[in-house]
Amino acid sequence: MFSLVVGMYLTVFIAGMGGYVDKIQEAQIREQVGLQVLGDPAFKQLPPSEQRRIIDERVELERQRLGLDTPFIRRSVGYLVRALGLDLGRAKIITSDSGSKEVRLILLERLPSTLVLFSTANLLLFFATLFLGLYLSRRYGSIADRLSVALAPLSAAPGWFYGIILILIFAAMLKVLPFGGMVDAPPPDTTLGYALSVGKHMILPVLAMFVSGFFISVYSRRTFFLIFSSEDHVELGRAKGVPNRALERRYILRPTLPTIITQFALMLIVMWMGAIILETVFNWPGLGSLYYSAIQQFEIAVILGETVIYAYLLALTLFLLDIVYAIVDPRVKVGAGAPT
Amino acid sequence: MRAIIAGFKELTRYKSAMFGLFIIGLLVAISIYTVIAIPYSEAIRLWRGGEEIWREYPRNALPSWVNIFPGVNLPKTMILSTTEVEKQVQPLGGGTTNIRAVLTFDYSSNTFPKELALRFTATYQAKEPFVDVLWITPDGREFRLDTESISHEEWVLISQDTTLRRRLGNQPPEVGLFADPENPDRPLQGTYQLVLDGYVFEEGSDLDARLIIYGRVHGWAGTDDQRRDLMVALLWGTPIALAFGLFGALVTSVTSLIIAAVGVWYARWVDAAIQRITEVRMILPTLPILIMIGTFYSRSIWLMLGAIIVLSIFGSAIKTNRAMFLQMREAPYIEAARSYGASNLRIVFRYLIPKAIPLLIPSFVIMIPSLVFLEASLAFIGLGDPVLPTWGKVLQNASSGGALYKGYYYWVLEPAFLLMLTGVGFTAVGFALDRIFNPRLREI
Repeated sequence: MFSLVVGMYLTVFIAGMGGYVDKIQEAQIREQVGLQVLGDPAFKQLPPSEQRRIIDERVELERQRLGLDTPFIRRSVGYLVRALGLDLGRAKIITSDSGSKEVRLILLERLPSTLVLFSTANLLLFFATLFLGLYLSRRYGSIADRLSVALAPLSAAPGWFYGIILILIFAAMLKVLPFGGMVDAPPPDTTLGYALSVGKHMILPVLAMFVSGFFISVYSRRTFFLIFSSEDHVELGRAKGVPNRALERRYILRPTLPTIITQFALMLIVMWMGAIILETVFNWPGLGSLYYSAIQQFEIAVILGETVIYAYLLALTLFLLDIVYAIVDPRVKVGAGAPT
Repeated sequence: MRAIIAGFKELTRYKSAMFGLFIIGLLVAISIYTVIAIPYSEAIRLWRGGEEIWREYPRNALPSWVNIFPGVNLPKTMILSTTEVEKQVQPLGGGTTNIRAVLTFDYSSNTFPKELALRFTATYQAKEPFVDVLWITPDGREFRLDTESISHEEWVLISQDTTLRRRLGNQPPEVGLFADPENPDRPLQGTYQLVLDGYVFEEGSDLDARLIIYGRVHGWAGTDDQRRDLMVALLWGTPIALAFGLFGALVTSVTSLIIAAVGVWYARWVDAAIQRITEVRMILPTLPILIMIGTFYSRSIWLMLGAIIVLSIFGSAIKTNRAMFLQMREAPYIEAARSYGASNLRIVFRYLIPKAIPLLIPSFVIMIPSLVFLEASLAFIGLGDPVLPTWGKVLQNASSGGALYKGYYYWVLEPAFLLMLTGVGFTAVGFALDRIFNPRLREI
């Protein structure tokens, strides 16, 4: 929890960077107010000095409304407390699809689409690589096995990179799948039609993530199982005549599960970060593409909110990891002293 | 040290590693060639210099090697200048002189050119010269192009001439002027003539013209939507990517190794502090923070590199290093060093760290491409260095220029290919090194 607070404060601080952003915002307010006042026929007749006074007055009002008159350090603490409670205030430009400016609503609206995309891709990846890795470790030295070793370096490229290539092949050249977005425009009326349309739009982004994580995961699973299957207790099980299947499940998979889950969680964290670019490439209306547009519009409240959500997601991933650990590894007991 | 050299020698046993080493060698060779052949200032001039430098390059041209495919015969850019032909100069009296030049060229491609333009340069004091342009096709048809008075330097974009377009039956001029009347989808092959009939009204006044028939292919890499030669960016992207990756990976892995070793050796609060920082760091989302730095502070590639290094020093590498050093700390040879009275620093730098270096090398090599891709990621979302041409920036230009929608695939594929090459090359070597230096992987 301590690290969450410190991390968040650092984020708030970098985002605010000692008032630089405030200045940009102030200039924006000034310009807006200026246009308003000068464009208003009621003020047209007044002498310029009077007009300037009115502009200054309104800018001051606007600044107070947005809370820009207090020093940044003080505001940053306020931001931090509210950020931790997910009470993120109101966005200045960006609105949610339902028209609200409440940052929390904007974020929550985007969260499901990101979760759908990422959980699909990650679950597919997890099970596919687990079983393929197990299969390959059984066939050490076969052509498929050597292929997995040779192809492993392909995972050096991140998901968005494969995304572009996949868009190029399937959307631009073959014209069979959409370039991006989440549903057809206009969205289909029936629930089934809607789901199918979302499914169609999901193929490429999911595939992009899958490809970028697939080769390296298969390789590392396979290597891991190979190392593990020469452990003494596995040899003993084999000597005892335990059937292969049971040997795999009980002697290999069970004890290696904590490590595999850790690796998987770490990959998940990397993927969360990649979401920003992947979703922007595919124009997927999730948290990532929101982050991108928030940054382009200097929308501090949303950027902060996003970072908080990301930090929470990371913390949550690590927390869940601990729980899963306790479930799959009987040696880990809640409340026991941490090993040093 | 000997172990490391022996390890690298062993690399030759792995085919994938040899392949990777070959790629790395190639990239290094490209980098060296680039830095020597196109010095930095020249590259910046070619990439950022302004329109004058690339005005005569075609827009969105394919790389010229596409012509080796059978059936593909795309035109190259042709530039004809009146300075290269003989001008007939005939004084007409009263200060007026007629300057006449004929530009002749063979057109043999079976596709239309991309654009047509005329660039006039004239020398005069006060009275602008006047020029009359006649286009003669191989079969003898004549088209009168616009008649213009010419200032000192004037571009006549024939392709954008709407009157001419209307006269040609609403065809773009670069199609209408070349089209075969019997088969309007194909250009008529043969010798074309452009007759320039100029009148200058002053003594010593002169007139020159360049006809630019923009092709559909250009150079080894093609051009982008601003007519820039992509080769410059692709070539210069190589040393930048390598320098970025190598430097970043080196600093990060060495620093985190030292920090982990110091933490393990001094234990107590030093270790606790390092552990805490690492935990905080785990919560900090890397890419969002880099994006914020790029948006609010500066987009300089080296500042970004600094931020990346600071963020990744306290990454998961410190945990793995720490686990390794914890085991090592109990080793008998450390005990021996302690008993002869070696100082703390001596133990850390003389006994702990050197022993760990072989284990570090694979992760160091694998980290290089991930940094290269990280830079490309940042450039791709528009946070690339504002001056340097990098692969990620080319990708970003391509995607924001609609390369995928408009079918300019080469524009995306070229930087993507180089990125992939770098990624695969280093990772292949890294994996092989991992198998050599990692004792657990060795047995299999």
